[in-house]
Amino acid sequence: MQGSALLLRMRGLQRLNEVSTSKIPKEPASRMVTILFDGIAYGMLLFILACGLSVTLGLMNFVNLAHGAFALAGGYITATLMNRAGFSFFLCLPIAFLFSALIGVALERTLYRHLYDRSHLDQVLFTIGIVFMTVSAVDYTMGSGQQMINIPTVLRGRIDLLGGSIGVYRLFIIVICGLLTLLLQLALVRTRFGSRLRAAVDDPRVARGLGVNVNLVFAVTFAIGSGLAGLGGALGAEVLGMDPTFPVKFMIYFLIVVTVGGASSITGAFFASLLLGIADVAGKYYVPKAGAFIIYAIMVLVLIWRPQGLFVKGATR
Amino acid sequence: MSMKPVFARRTVLAAAAALAATAFPALAQETVKIGVILPMTGPSASTGKQAEAAAKLWIQQNGATVAGKKVELIIKDDTGAPDVTKRLAQELVVNDKVNVLLGFGLTPLALAVAPIATQAKIPQIVTAAATAIITEQSPFIVRTSFTLPQATVPMAQWSAKNGIKKVVTLVSDYGPGIDAEKAFKDEFTKGGGEVVAELRVPLRNPDFAPFLQRVKDASPDAVFVFVPSGFGSAFMKQFAERGLTQAGIKLIATGDVTDDDVLNELGDSALGVVNTHHYSASHDSPENKAFVEAFKKANNFRPNFMAVGAYDGMQLVYKALEKTKGNADGQALLDAMKGMSWTSVRGPVQIDPETRDIIQNIYVRKVEKVGGELFNQEFATIEKVKDPVKAAKKQ
Repeated sequence: MQGSALLLRMRGLQRLNEVSTSKIPKEPASRMVTILFDGIAYGMLLFILACGLSVTLGLMNFVNLAHGAFALAGGYITATLMNRAGFSFFLCLPIAFLFSALIGVALERTLYRHLYDRSHLDQVLFTIGIVFMTVSAVDYTMGSGQQMINIPTVLRGRIDLLGGSIGVYRLFIIVICGLLTLLLQLALVRTRFGSRLRAAVDDPRVARGLGVNVNLVFAVTFAIGSGLAGLGGALGAEVLGMDPTFPVKFMIYFLIVVTVGGASSITGAFFASLLLGIADVAGKYYVPKAGAFIIYAIMVLVLIWRPQGLFVKGATR
Repeated sequence: MSMKPVFARRTVLAAAAALAATAFPALAQETVKIGVILPMTGPSASTGKQAEAAAKLWIQQNGATVAGKKVELIIKDDTGAPDVTKRLAQELVVNDKVNVLLGFGLTPLALAVAPIATQAKIPQIVTAAATAIITEQSPFIVRTSFTLPQATVPMAQWSAKNGIKKVVTLVSDYGPGIDAEKAFKDEFTKGGGEVVAELRVPLRNPDFAPFLQRVKDASPDAVFVFVPSGFGSAFMKQFAERGLTQAGIKLIATGDVTDDDVLNELGDSALGVVNTHHYSASHDSPENKAFVEAFKKANNFRPNFMAVGAYDGMQLVYKALEKTKGNADGQALLDAMKGMSWTSVRGPVQIDPETRDIIQNIYVRKVEKVGGELFNQEFATIEKVKDPVKAAKKQ
């Protein structure tokens, strides 16, 4: 029943799509470039925000719904430092990373580690509680309005690239996030820490027996994931907005990234983020009436096709 | 055996007497209670903050006593969720026995309370929400804010007369947005203009990028925008970032986008935006100068149209009480409010006796820098505008 209703809805969507594309007479390539570019920037941002979640969920097998709270911390520290203390935006980015990473470590050492062995339901209840507490605490202390940051003039404006018109700030997001992605992938695959992490995840007992300090590895990983979310929050405040409900609003997006990408690899989350980012932007551009629904449709289709997500390598556990 | 029914009848009578006594508590009590329901937290918190400050300022300036009655405000936070608004309204009516309900930050919140106002037979004064249909949902709703079509139609007329031929509309996808979209299109088409695309942005979607790109690619003369109070800053940022101004696309809007509360945060990108609305903090009148000064002194921020709606809401309650000589019965107050006119800080206003909606001047304004701050400077006035939606229905 549900399947057929869904199919009907899809067909409806398709029809909408046909109608509205036929309305636009020509589709110059330059527009496609701009849309594609905006989509990639959005996707990259989603990736930086969500990759920490895919690490904790996929590698450490821990359901952390409070992931968005770290992004919130990064966004708020940036807005506060810039608006009240006059810090430069570029300086705020690493600060946001460190700030969120520190909070991450503190929480991991005091709270999270007690829940690694608990059931997923306990983890969900615990972390959703943290989300609500964060939202209320930030609302109470900082007010519920949007946090405004003014990005430096260097990053404003637009340039022409490949025939399309492109926002400098979005280009900046793509470059930063792209570099981070490369770095993460290399660290995970090529470094000693990466192999320790993979060993710790695959079998913590054996890894401990071989002298790997599993607790430390997990703590560092968690900190990096939180830090990246914080950086994502700082970068995203300009594009996505930043208010106390951010962790709730974007929780769905993070979870979609992880489910579509498959909760086991950074590569999966990366391609899933790009796919969703591009689909979301293009959907809203070409089919504004159904735009907000497109990413859900994609998620459903992907999960029907590959229930484990796009990039899952066999059965990990 | 025959005793029982007699006893029962007696209890019924007693109960009826008790009910009758509670049904008209207003006549007896010396305090008039005003239940104020506003979103004080959540995404629309700025509305609540402004309205609360204005209501308190009114009492501070005019005293807590009117026509021999003491006025008491009971302020509640509905967080912007309609089910909460409804519950709070019920509590205020049943437990606190308020004489007037006032506030209501968003359309769904005002609509949720309409049946309660009807049942309790007390005035529900809407000081913020702006969808046209609201006052039709209960004969006890009176509005002191504005309606979106009321602010939009003058914008469409001005555009059609000022060399704008092709327009794309971009509105938030909910009641007032759709009102604005329709009102603009109807009026603008009548004036010889053409609306080439109508875009609706999901309410909870701060990324305007794809929609703005769509506007840019349609290359109209202007884009007409409505986003609710509080969302304007995110919109303006992206508008500037996407280079629509450089592409020769004018931004025209209702005053919600260049809301006084956030106008200074928008920065210079807002300069030159033409918009229509019923209130600007820089409105040139002695009443307004005194109001803005007192408001700023008490609160450290500038009043916006949400503050003025609440300020006039309080003024309306006071004036109605004066007229009824302190009779706080719901129907009596409502009858007193109908047709009431006064000089608001926004200019002359009147409550339409037929629709219970506000009749007021709409001003065409342009964002300019005055003394280092951004203001909506009024440069043209359309006098005594009625809500066009209800006016059209009558014809």
